[in-house]
Amino acid sequence: MLPEAIEAMTAELRALGNPSSLHAAGRRARRVVEESREIIAEAFDARPSEVVFTSGGTEADNLAVKGIYWARRAAEPARVRVVASAVEHHAVLDAVQWLADHEGAAVTWVPVDRLGRVRPDALREAMGPDVALATVMWANNEVGTVQPVAELAAVAAEHGVPFHTDAVQAAGHLPVGFAASGAQALTITGHKVGGPLGVGALLLAKPKEPVFRDPVPLLHGGGQERDVRSGTLDAPAIAGFAAAVQVAAARRESEAARLGALRDRLIDAVRAAVPDAVLNGDPDGRLPGNAHFSFPGCEGDALLMLLDARGIACSTGSACSAGVSQPSHVLLAMDAGTERARGSLRFTFGHTSTEADVKALADAIGPVVERARRAGLS
Amino acid sequence: MSGGVDSAVAAARAADAGHDVTGVHMALSANPQSYRTGARGCCTLEDSRDARRAADVIGIPFYVWDLAERFHEDVVEDFVSEYAAGRTPNPCLRCNEKIKFAALLDRAMALGFDAVCTGHYARLEDGVLRRGVDGGKDQSYVLAVCTPEQLAHSLFPLGDTTKADIRREAERRGIQVAAKRDSHDICFIADGDTRGFLRERLGAAPGPIVDTDGNRVGDHDGAYAYTVGQRKGLRLGTPAPDGRPRYVLDISPVTNTVTVGPREALDVRQITAERPVWLSEPPAGPFTCEVQLRAHGEVHGCEVEPDGGRLRIRLRAPARGVAPGQAVVLYDGDRVLGSATIAEAARVLA
Repeated sequence: MLPEAIEAMTAELRALGNPSSLHAAGRRARRVVEESREIIAEAFDARPSEVVFTSGGTEADNLAVKGIYWARRAAEPARVRVVASAVEHHAVLDAVQWLADHEGAAVTWVPVDRLGRVRPDALREAMGPDVALATVMWANNEVGTVQPVAELAAVAAEHGVPFHTDAVQAAGHLPVGFAASGAQALTITGHKVGGPLGVGALLLAKPKEPVFRDPVPLLHGGGQERDVRSGTLDAPAIAGFAAAVQVAAARRESEAARLGALRDRLIDAVRAAVPDAVLNGDPDGRLPGNAHFSFPGCEGDALLMLLDARGIACSTGSACSAGVSQPSHVLLAMDAGTERARGSLRFTFGHTSTEADVKALADAIGPVVERARRAGLS
Repeated sequence: MSGGVDSAVAAARAADAGHDVTGVHMALSANPQSYRTGARGCCTLEDSRDARRAADVIGIPFYVWDLAERFHEDVVEDFVSEYAAGRTPNPCLRCNEKIKFAALLDRAMALGFDAVCTGHYARLEDGVLRRGVDGGKDQSYVLAVCTPEQLAHSLFPLGDTTKADIRREAERRGIQVAAKRDSHDICFIADGDTRGFLRERLGAAPGPIVDTDGNRVGDHDGAYAYTVGQRKGLRLGTPAPDGRPRYVLDISPVTNTVTVGPREALDVRQITAERPVWLSEPPAGPFTCEVQLRAHGEVHGCEVEPDGGRLRIRLRAPARGVAPGQAVVLYDGDRVLGSATIAEAARVLA
């Protein structure tokens, strides 16, 4: 967490109060929450009333996908189809799949090209009078590819379809503007911008009939957050979230340039040490702090373990609940093939990353890949 | 680390001894929920979580290695085909031979590790494998199939301790699974119904159950479902003339026949075993030692005569329920000399 976020959060932890209460302590907490809301709204070019606090990105994605689907279908029963990109984060992917499995939704998975990009034409092809919702992430969490969100949202708008984008990875690193994006809903989360875990927000446009109504809530109760998300607000976490957003927004351009430079040096170093390493994702339109490689003949798990033993933390795709790694759906959607998908690793830079980190990885990656290759793909 | 108490304490002891320890949980099923429910065996989500939790408490890295494919080929399919051939396999022993001290060890060595450490109750010093000091838990029998090369890269830190003390130690170390029940039965047969498991894979193959004179005394749905020495579940229509219980004496997959007879007909004096593995100097000629014929089975004095790639073993006192496919493990006191697989057992003919 950023020191500013820790400070804001701990100050608020010491001054407990329920923002929904009418007494003095409640009013004080409410002021903190509403100021936080204004800070976040300003940073993402939204109105304060458009900020709906949640417990994090997963809840915000679920609220957007399920809630908007239900609301749109209720208004127009013929709209039963969800259109989503094939490379969404599991918080969107599995919510969409759940609608298909339990709510009778039809689903169109929009394909991506080999760099992981959703082409506006591909989205246009998937549109029709039966579509209730379209959702495409702002930037991919695995391979870092940035999507042309404004163009995609415009395609959805042509067909009267509400558009959601999961901007968890993009927020704080790319210029994310809610109003200019044309999206009706946008997910952000605290811990990706240097704030606390367990808090996030769904930016939610004002209802505009007939295309967009407020989502049907997932949580019912006290009617907080314009009746869309009940539950006592976590004022300390929200204060920390806002403090982090404020710092991240102020530093975004310089930090993006710094991380982009570190990343480019990392890519050069990996290529020098492992000439057949494949950089996955869009080499140009990618997150500044993301480098994602496939190492032919290696198993990602073995690489991760060997790097971890050298003090380098990186990540493979996802694992099943027992911990067995699965080939990434993102790489498979990019037509990378199972073997390339299994031998892949993601390196992410953040506000604590330095030149020394790049050097450490540059020194380690050659011997580690050689060793993992000997262990093979078994 | 299976998720049980033994491997957790073994890992903790190895770390205490100054080794650079990494916890590994073997995923043995492509779909973990399909093998074994409840916390009795290995391979469940709960076990994987227990293992991870123990590794966190010990303070070592932890990874899940997917060995499902190898396990299926080398252990599960072998188990089924051995039964189909009328033999009685021991899958735990096979798993040690082919997975833990082969596939897992090979991968570990390739990744730069020096040895595999497990929670087996056995002692290993300078290449000499001995029984664990806890006679009730001793697992030297299931390790005796390992070659000297495999054992040279193995650590068994629990052999000098009793199970009761290991549980106390786990509790002292704050390992949550201290009181978890011992695993037993076969980990890949979720409900413990071995016969049903085999029937699903081999299909029904009805045939006769005969007595030692060749008279048909009953029917079976598949000879593979029987084990030499078995008494329960024979469902014989015709009682024995003397009214005494009858036991499975022989299984013939070729004629799909199960032969039953009186208990004393199970007595075996002479065993032929094949594929010997020596943990001591391979013998030049006949010698005397002790032999164990089953995991946790009794120990018999014997003479062993090497004969090419085979061993002829003469027991001093008759043994019962000797099944082809099981391992013979030769001991000198508590020291393991070697092992071999039972090919034939000659009955004591009165």
